[in-house]
Amino acid sequence: MRRYLGLLFTYRSREGTVAWLFHRISGLAIWAFLVLHVLDIYLVGDNPGAYDDILRFYASPVGRVLEVLLGAALLYHALNGLRIVIIDLWPSMAQYHKVLWRASWVIFILLGLPGAAIILLPLYRDSLTSLLHTLGIN
Amino acid sequence: MQISPKSKGRAKPSGSRVEIFIWYFMRLSGVALFVLALAHFSILHFIYDPSKETADFILGQRWSELFWRVNDWLLLTLVVLHSTFGVRTVVNDYLHSPRGRVITLSLLYILTLLLLAGGTMAVASAGAPGA
Repeated sequence: MRRYLGLLFTYRSREGTVAWLFHRISGLAIWAFLVLHVLDIYLVGDNPGAYDDILRFYASPVGRVLEVLLGAALLYHALNGLRIVIIDLWPSMAQYHKVLWRASWVIFILLGLPGAAIILLPLYRDSLTSLLHTLGIN
Repeated sequence: MQISPKSKGRAKPSGSRVEIFIWYFMRLSGVALFVLALAHFSILHFIYDPSKETADFILGQRWSELFWRVNDWLLLTLVVLHSTFGVRTVVNDYLHSPRGRVITLSLLYILTLLLLAGGTMAVASAGAPGA
């Protein structure tokens, strides 16, 4: 484990190594959720009550934080995967690999931050309503 | 200029037709999943909210149209196969004993078949009379 964590911090660590490590970790995380997700969706027809119970967990504060992490893994894996496809299918793009890497992080932040906000905001709906009320806006 | 070999994807394999097929499949299904998986996540987390996505919502609204059942089945199939091949690569990277590989990959492929069968049953028959 130390050896693999060390990869992140040693002098050999470059954009490509970090990209590869994150791609692997996010891929395994999405796969783990996929197994859970097929199980829960199976319950829709088989045991709707149990499915609704799982859904209540997904909508809970802990569930929403986990959804933000899942969304981040999905978005990173998708963007970095597209970068890999571009370089593999058009090898001349390899000279721009650092630009592609930085661009993927810009898109990650631009799409990811509002996405995370939309998922987490329902947890603060009550406080937001009372804040607006106090300010006399609503 | 120096380019880290890891900046590229895994080198395209030569020789084995199975390996070349998987190499292309990962890239083509990856592009399809870029659209399908991100759209799926966006619809069910940004447009709708999990607090509203009860079994009634899925059967009465989302899966009341054949289009979404077919769409979800396509997503299921592609994501299960894409992740199976991905985990296979991870297993082969870290497990070197032939025995360990055969056992681990067999378990992986059994899980894959269960996911495809269970997911297909769910998306095809949930809410159907008598199901």
